[in-house]
Amino acid sequence: MERINVLICAGTGCTSSNSALLVQKFNELLPQYGLEEEVKVIKTGCFGLCQKGPIVAIYPDKVFYNHVKVEDVEVIISEHLYKGRVVKRLELSEIDEATKEQILDIDKIKFYAKQKRIALRNCGVINPEDIMEYIAKDGYMALGKVISEMTPQEVIDEIKASGLRGRGGGGFPTGVKWQFAANQPKGQKYVICNADEGDPGAFMDRSILEGDPHSVIEAMAIAGYAIGADHGYIYIRAEYPIAVQRLKIAIKQAEEYGLLGKNILGTDFSFELEIRLGAGAFVCGEETALIMSIEGKRGMPVPKPPFPAVSGVWGKPTIINNVETFANVAQIILNGASWFANIGTERSKGTKVFALGGKISNTGLVEIPMGTTLREIIYEIGGGCPNNKNFKAVQTGGPSGGCLTEDQLDTPIDFDNLVELGSMMGSGGMIVLDEDNCMVDVARFYLDFIVEESCGKCTPCRVGTKRLLEMLIKITKGEGGLEILDEMEKLCYEIKQTALCGLGQTAPNPILSTLKQFRKEYEAHVVDKRCPAGVCKALLTYQVKADLCRKCSLCAKNCPVGAISGVPGKEPYHIDTSKCIKCGACYNACRFNAIERR
Amino acid sequence: MKSLEDLKKMREKALKKVEMRDVNKKYRVVVGMATCGIAAGARPVLNKLIEELGNNDYPCIVTQTGCIGLCAYEPIVEVFNQEDQTKTTYVHVTPEKAVSILQNHILKDRILTEFTIDSYQK
Repeated sequence: MERINVLICAGTGCTSSNSALLVQKFNELLPQYGLEEEVKVIKTGCFGLCQKGPIVAIYPDKVFYNHVKVEDVEVIISEHLYKGRVVKRLELSEIDEATKEQILDIDKIKFYAKQKRIALRNCGVINPEDIMEYIAKDGYMALGKVISEMTPQEVIDEIKASGLRGRGGGGFPTGVKWQFAANQPKGQKYVICNADEGDPGAFMDRSILEGDPHSVIEAMAIAGYAIGADHGYIYIRAEYPIAVQRLKIAIKQAEEYGLLGKNILGTDFSFELEIRLGAGAFVCGEETALIMSIEGKRGMPVPKPPFPAVSGVWGKPTIINNVETFANVAQIILNGASWFANIGTERSKGTKVFALGGKISNTGLVEIPMGTTLREIIYEIGGGCPNNKNFKAVQTGGPSGGCLTEDQLDTPIDFDNLVELGSMMGSGGMIVLDEDNCMVDVARFYLDFIVEESCGKCTPCRVGTKRLLEMLIKITKGEGGLEILDEMEKLCYEIKQTALCGLGQTAPNPILSTLKQFRKEYEAHVVDKRCPAGVCKALLTYQVKADLCRKCSLCAKNCPVGAISGVPGKEPYHIDTSKCIKCGACYNACRFNAIERR
Repeated sequence: MKSLEDLKKMREKALKKVEMRDVNKKYRVVVGMATCGIAAGARPVLNKLIEELGNNDYPCIVTQTGCIGLCAYEPIVEVFNQEDQTKTTYVHVTPEKAVSILQNHILKDRILTEFTIDSYQK
């Protein structure tokens, strides 16, 4: 008789730290303890706390183990599962700063306490490869309710009333989008799920599809009913193999249970789904390029209007929603529009999932109500910058977004506030930067990405971003004077005004926002020929501070090009700058802080 | 499935699969499963509890713990009321007593004082 559930994270993060081996080990060892009947091992989606992965959760005890290694499995079985003794050393816990008490309850530790999980509600809770577990969590009840008790217009009105806005970046009201497509004359229409998540550092959509694929499938069927479509496409990049695999399983199970296909739940409504794999081009996240790609053509945007709601895939009315947007739909139907509209801010309702990355202690996936401040996310949930470094900026919105600084951290997050500050919500990537990050270098990183991903159709984007990148590279080398900054800024605005699609129009944002917030840092590069953060190699020099040098020779031993000379124990060391390749090996090797980097 | 009713029935069936992960129940029933407990017969008690839980809906979770420190009174079953944070300790529990605890204490909030540690220590 089953009495214990062992939940093991099988998201991409934990899978890459070998969580699949843990599943194997549990299944191999449990029979040796005679526990195979009593303990069920379940693969789940992302728990969110990727930093601490792989995570193993034991229910009903509600004990969370972190950083579990294959060698730990036997201890967990023999101690916890067999004898009922929790393995303390592996237990996920936190020390309360005020009371100095250890917090073990997962719902009370800071990372989870401030979160509100709607889109991620089933991630890390159910087995995504078992439709029964989704059904147990009220899965497909919203679809059932919609097709047997509501008219399509009632569904659209409900979504409109909820205030749900597109989670892919633009923040367009979802209900309004559905209305456009529903208003088109009857005939073939399509529903598309945009799972082409391309922002560097963003993995919300992947985690939802990996952890709760049915929530997206159910919502697509609801959307189909609302607009009068009987066919849907999920456009997902081939570089998300686990998500693709789970989607395939989920679609097959939904078909077997009569929840997809002809005459769903005995009604007249039919809906079928197809997966379309993308090759991972950033521009294919743009809806018109995405449609081209689905049709088998080269992924390039076309001017709007006509909007996809009028003429989309195969020239038919089409709605395109992002994964996370869909993940909210069933909950809105089940709990009512007013429930959803009560969460969040005036003009941004509900929650938003963010992928926390960069210089932050708790890397991972968090879902917070709109209106939570950046400070709460970064310091309370994220645990601040590691190694006592100072926070410098947070980049939101990916290559189309911008940077926010310390004095903007108390801004409540919502679509409009972020735009006002010169950044944007984007799909939800949040990259934290600390004092060791050079803002010019950060802008260069994003432009590098844009140049690579520009589809080449329009000149401002194809040629313009390339020129921007060249200017940035010059600046990182300290070339050019103040005039290069003005020239660059001017080009930025020209590109914004003339590029064909969203990718090009927002491509200069990383430059504009860093230039606005950190102009001094740009000036230091071009005027003082200095990189304040010590990142831009061409501007760095390494020197030994003779008074601090203990003559230990460690720097010389670590130098790959033999640029450091001295006599152990006698003479302070010296770096020959003509030979130095500025790799920083000596800087990292020195234990006495005697190497100076400027 | 052919109707919303079918789906609702399916959900009832499915609930058993994930019940283990719903920890927000009124009671927590804990069986001492250290060497002393197992030697005194805690294993059949735990098995019986789990079996009963599979047959009926009880507002509790059943889990195990290590040595409680009262080896002479094993098998011990502790019942924690998660609402008012009280604890009842049942001693020398047999599979039959275990079922009785579920049916009376858990289901009807009726503490079986004759099986608790207080009545044994008197």
